Amino acid sequence: MLDHFLHWLESTAPAIAISESSWLFPGIESVHVLAITMVVGSITMVDLRLLGVNLRDRPVGELIDEILPWTWTSFAVAVCSGALLFSSNATHYWGTFPFRAKMLLLILAGVNMTVFHATILRSVDVWGRRPQTPRAAKISGGVSLGLWIGVVSLGRWIGFV
Amino acid sequence: MLVDFINWLAATQASLIIQKVFWIIPTVQTAHILAISVVLASMAMFDLRLLGLAGKRHSIASFSRRFMPWLWGALVVLAASGSILIVGEPKRALGNVFFEAKMCMLATAIAVTLGFQAILKRDLGRGGSDLAPSHFAAAKVVGLVSLALWIAIAVAGRLIAYAG
Repeated sequence: MLDHFLHWLESTAPAIAISESSWLFPGIESVHVLAITMVVGSITMVDLRLLGVNLRDRPVGELIDEILPWTWTSFAVAVCSGALLFSSNATHYWGTFPFRAKMLLLILAGVNMTVFHATILRSVDVWGRRPQTPRAAKISGGVSLGLWIGVVSLGRWIGFV
Repeated sequence: MLVDFINWLAATQASLIIQKVFWIIPTVQTAHILAISVVLASMAMFDLRLLGLAGKRHSIASFSRRFMPWLWGALVVLAASGSILIVGEPKRALGNVFFEAKMCMLATAIAVTLGFQAILKRDLGRGGSDLAPSHFAAAKVVGLVSLALWIAIAVAGRLIAYAG
């Protein structure tokens, strides 16, 4: 079932064009790397604020409203470009450890973010203006930072297997 | 001459170690990419502020104080990790057209940034609380040029892997 899907994906027109072209893969990969640097760089600003390390004079809620739209836009670009890269050699990528581990960490980052939004962020009006943040916010920021560093490491690793 | 240097570098003890230990290059590349994240995100915020597209409630001077230390800090990490990558694979980078283009653009981006910081510092030294209004138009050009340069630098960096 999954094998069928991966083979079908590789046989689609964009996938074939990417694997046969000498410049499409590097071009899309460049876009992918740019988008990821924007995702990770912008989320790091929020995470460091949650950890109480950086931008301590800025209210957390305000910072999140300003930065997260850039993160989500970049993330959408990263997902689209990543899907195109994946399609060009789907069965190979799916079989590698770093690819699977990267997807797992992305899911965990999503879970961490959902929990953060559903719990501690709800009371941001109470604590968001203080330079120091509650422990739950620190944990959320630390976990996010660790997971995204893991995502970048595993992503780079995919190119070496 | 460049070939001699590449051959000499590739034969040094440091280069041989980097070539032999399989995890050094991927790990250092990862650190390099993470530092690029810091540069691109910081400079995107700052350049978008110069263009008037982000954070308009805050002064250019406050954005400068906030993001410039991250730029210089990350550039140190980039220079160090980049040097390790060159020592490990001298032939891959030196003489590579994308590497040369990247270094030229990097020098230009740093010069543009230092130039703008000098203007900002002078305006603040004259008792202003922010960049002088007469420099707002120039700031937009700087923001656009800087943003384009940093993006092109990152792209050229990735393309080093694809050109001999």
